Amino acid sequence: MEHIVIIGNGISGITAARHIRKLSDKRITIISDETDYFFSRTALMYVYMGHMRWKDIEPYEPHFWQQNNIDLLRARVTDVHPDSKKLTLSDGSSFSYDTLILATGSVTNTFGWPGLDLEGVQGLVTKQDLEELEKHAPDAEACPRAVIVGGGLIGVELAEMLRTREIEVTFLVREGAFWNNVLPDREAGMISRHIQSHHVDLRLNTNLKEILGDEKGRVCGVLTEDGEEISCKLVGITTGVRPNIQFLQNSPVHTDKGILVNRFLETGIPGIYAIGDCAQQREPIGDRPAVEAVWYTGRIMGETVARTICGQRTPYSPGNWFNSAKFFDIEYQTYGWVSSKRKRREHEAHFHWIHPDDDKCITIAYHVDTKLFLGINTFGIRMRHQVIDRWLTEGKDLPYVVTHLKDANFDPEFYDQYENEILSAYNAEFKTQLKPAKKNWHRIFFNTK
Amino acid sequence: MDTKDQSMSLAGQPPKALGTGQKFATTLGLSGLLILLLAVFNVDFPNKVLWLSVSLAAISAGIIWFSVQAYTGKHPGIKNDGVWFKSISGRGLWAWMLGIVLTGFYVILYFYPQFLGLRQGEDNTGIIALFDPLSRLLSGNPASQWFVYGTLYTIAILAFGVKFILKYRHNRYEKLRTYSVMFFQTGFAFLIPEFMARLNGDLPYYDLKNIWPLNYYMFEQYRVNAFIDAGNIGLAMLIFGVLSIFVITPVLTYKYGKRWYCSWVCGCGGLAETAGDPFRHLSDKRMVAWKIERWVVHSVVVFVTLMTTAVIYSYLGNDSSKYWLTRDVFLIGVGVLLTLVFGWAMIFRRNQLKKDAQYGAIGYFIIIIALIGFHYLSGNGQVFLFSSGTLRKTYAFLIGSIFSGVIGTGFYPIFGNRVWCRFGCPMAAILGFQQRLFSRFRITTNGGQCISCGNCSTYCEMGIDVRAYAQKGENIVRSSCVGCGICSAVCPRGVLKLENGPLEGRINSREVLLGNDVDLMDLVNKQ
Ligand SMILES: Cc1cc2nc3c(=O)[nH]c(=O)nc-3n(C[C@H](O)[C@H](O)[C@H](O)COP(=O)(O)OP(=O)(O)OC[C@H]3O[C@@H](n4cnc5c(N)ncnc54)[C@H](O)[C@@H]3O)c2cc1C
Ligand code: SF4
Ligand code: SF4
Repeated sequence: MEHIVIIGNGISGITAARHIRKLSDKRITIISDETDYFFSRTALMYVYMGHMRWKDIEPYEPHFWQQNNIDLLRARVTDVHPDSKKLTLSDGSSFSYDTLILATGSVTNTFGWPGLDLEGVQGLVTKQDLEELEKHAPDAEACPRAVIVGGGLIGVELAEMLRTREIEVTFLVREGAFWNNVLPDREAGMISRHIQSHHVDLRLNTNLKEILGDEKGRVCGVLTEDGEEISCKLVGITTGVRPNIQFLQNSPVHTDKGILVNRFLETGIPGIYAIGDCAQQREPIGDRPAVEAVWYTGRIMGETVARTICGQRTPYSPGNWFNSAKFFDIEYQTYGWVSSKRKRREHEAHFHWIHPDDDKCITIAYHVDTKLFLGINTFGIRMRHQVIDRWLTEGKDLPYVVTHLKDANFDPEFYDQYENEILSAYNAEFKTQLKPAKKNWHRIFFNTK
Repeated sequence: MDTKDQSMSLAGQPPKALGTGQKFATTLGLSGLLILLLAVFNVDFPNKVLWLSVSLAAISAGIIWFSVQAYTGKHPGIKNDGVWFKSISGRGLWAWMLGIVLTGFYVILYFYPQFLGLRQGEDNTGIIALFDPLSRLLSGNPASQWFVYGTLYTIAILAFGVKFILKYRHNRYEKLRTYSVMFFQTGFAFLIPEFMARLNGDLPYYDLKNIWPLNYYMFEQYRVNAFIDAGNIGLAMLIFGVLSIFVITPVLTYKYGKRWYCSWVCGCGGLAETAGDPFRHLSDKRMVAWKIERWVVHSVVVFVTLMTTAVIYSYLGNDSSKYWLTRDVFLIGVGVLLTLVFGWAMIFRRNQLKKDAQYGAIGYFIIIIALIGFHYLSGNGQVFLFSSGTLRKTYAFLIGSIFSGVIGTGFYPIFGNRVWCRFGCPMAAILGFQQRLFSRFRITTNGGQCISCGNCSTYCEMGIDVRAYAQKGENIVRSSCVGCGICSAVCPRGVLKLENGPLEGRINSREVLLGNDVDLMDLVNKQ
């Protein structure tokens, strides 16, 4: 029987395994050196914050794997030999496969600062990182202050985590506002103010120069490029992630930033596929980045590769871009493309509305000439994925979107709704007199009037 | 693996020390309780009105002050930091001690009320005597252990309700339903029955929102007689009781799901949602717990149906010329009604029932066979093989006392706050049956946005593995969901929305999650 071996038990590897099992009875082995069972990497923060126990972030009960006849192997792969179809494991033994799926995810990205190897300098990607964090920052007594380097999604999660244990946080951000390389200015500004309201010492336009250690090899502070010294017991490196491909150094698998794949997630070596964070599209799809390090793309790649392996060769075809995050108390959702100032294309214009409380706002991107709807960012307001996705696919225009926002609202019942205010702001800005359409179940669910 | 990993997160942080304000608040609340405790041990308070007021005020003020300290200084938002680290909410030593104290309280309350000072035919003593003045004020009668319990219960819902509202002050759904349970508890469960007793001494105690079968003694002979003897008002109430279960309940459940009752009206639910809120994550989410739940709760439904039928049967007559409702008419009526419901479900909802159909069929046949048994095997005071009184007493003991009180509430800190609602409540099971098969209510999953984090499952007090549905892009349509809305509140990605929408497409199982643009027809053709 064909033996499928998957390296990596993250969302992409696990999804691939589950779908292969649905479609076939091939033998499946999943190898990982991180944990025995699949866990939700996105939920690491909640374990440290005490919202959940470790086992609560494991989406399947331990008996699930046996029940579905999926073998789990706790080991580290150090080398891949496509000629003999064998893997070398870190204990020196070898392991054979017929078909190999590389789903090895990401590692913390660093920029070669001096002092990176000091004790107490760490990223937040793996379970081992979480254990390190418990060790270095168990409470404010052991770690009165931490410095976080890099203003992105993982950085703000780490800041929130540390604040729950009353640890002072200094947050070094290269840009002029938090996550400003992705978010448009006004949104980045609002989130920056929110982060500060949680007593985080947010240092904008600040770069790290060097990490300082004591005589025992433990971190004791950082030096910024402006020459300021900040003493701390923990340095969190959250300047992004990069594909985890080191173990392929000596193998013939083609890599660049990540493992290079075509639309069918094939590496070019027959029987070897790559999916999830570690994969890099040879030709980026539309406006999407070549390496997509988000949860749901890993999931889609897993679904896709499973079909291909089970005989229905299927291209990876993600639909409209979407994603979501949470910055302390403010939820964020994005659909389509809303670009930051730096990345904004000539034809892209924005309509922006912000609530006077400074904790809710939306930005709608549209085509300057045609008014075509390009994307939407919402903060503090939930949107209905199904509806927005359909608007993007059907090419609705800006006036349609602002008049039909009620269909797209996904906030819990009885919440204040802002569609009328948003439309008034729109009417004032564009000198129009559009009227809001009432929420309509048939439009929402069945796309009929 | 489990224990090691668990200890990793648990060892990290000792429970956070309470702030000074919270310490004072705790002391205040405990001093109120101390007065009650002293009363239990027969310390004779000279001015009962004063001391009872002081005690109840101290308890309420302590709880509210504590909550103000805990939440108002922080941003509105989810407040689950350190939940699993704290001894009281993380099944630590404090949790076990509280569990033992509560359980002990229930055992005394149900089985040894004399220790609380209940005296037959003479003046009460102890804590019950302390409550006499309040009871006299409301109903004109001396207090009973149930009056003491009802008062404390109401205070718990009110004070912890304030706590809950402060905790979820960013979420209007949570606030409104908490105002609602606070209102129904104070008005319907506590004040109105007392006033009714004052106005019309013949009326039995009747909490209008307490519907059969939760209110399993609703149709007992002494009550039915008392209602009828009390004249028009009594008759109206009896009719209301019947309409509640056969008309009001199905209509509201169709429109809003069973949450209209379980999370907005019911007193058991009210206590679970307010005083029990700190324990909601303790519910068991494992598949095996779900299996046990279905067996146990449906057995209770069968039990209560049979018990009630037997009780009514036992006091009906045989002679149709005296009264149209005779034993045979009644048995046939029950049989026909059950057959209609069962037939409807089997014919129109077959495909939604799947495995549950077996359970339904088993339950249905047990009841029908028992009904036939009633007819042939009953006589001289016996119904079937037992006396109806024995059935009733057994139910009252096992389900009414042990399950709903001792285990259901006493074990809040160990098994979570909805053990009774999930495993024991026959009302919830009946509402759930309808919610599953005939209701507009569902929890919609937001396309492909779920990141499988597990907050929803962890904080679901009913032990529903919400994540299992959300990560597949499926709506949550589960009979046990009480619509508390907490899964939706704690979800960090805005994935879940409780809503009442069209029936069509309510239960959706998708082959492919939203976000993946594969052409499904194309796929099917290739296969
Ligand atoms: C803190 C944090 C928060 C995040 N939050 C979000 C979010 O909110 N939304 C979102 O969309 N995305 C989020 N992400 C990103 C998301 O988690 C990743 O995109 C996703 O987990 C990638 O899944 P994967 O299966 O490709 O790889 P991973 O989940 O990284 O799994 C790879 C596995 O392979 C193992 N492995 C690697 N090499 C070897 C080897 N040689 N031998 C054996 N085993 C090996 C690794 O140990 C690991 O267990 C977050 C990431 C982090 C770190
Ligand atoms: S599924 Fe959600 S709404 Fe239903 S009981 Fe569980 S937490 Fe409450
Ligand atoms: S809380 Fe939300 S994101 Fe997390 S598993 Fe549940 S539905 Fe998914």
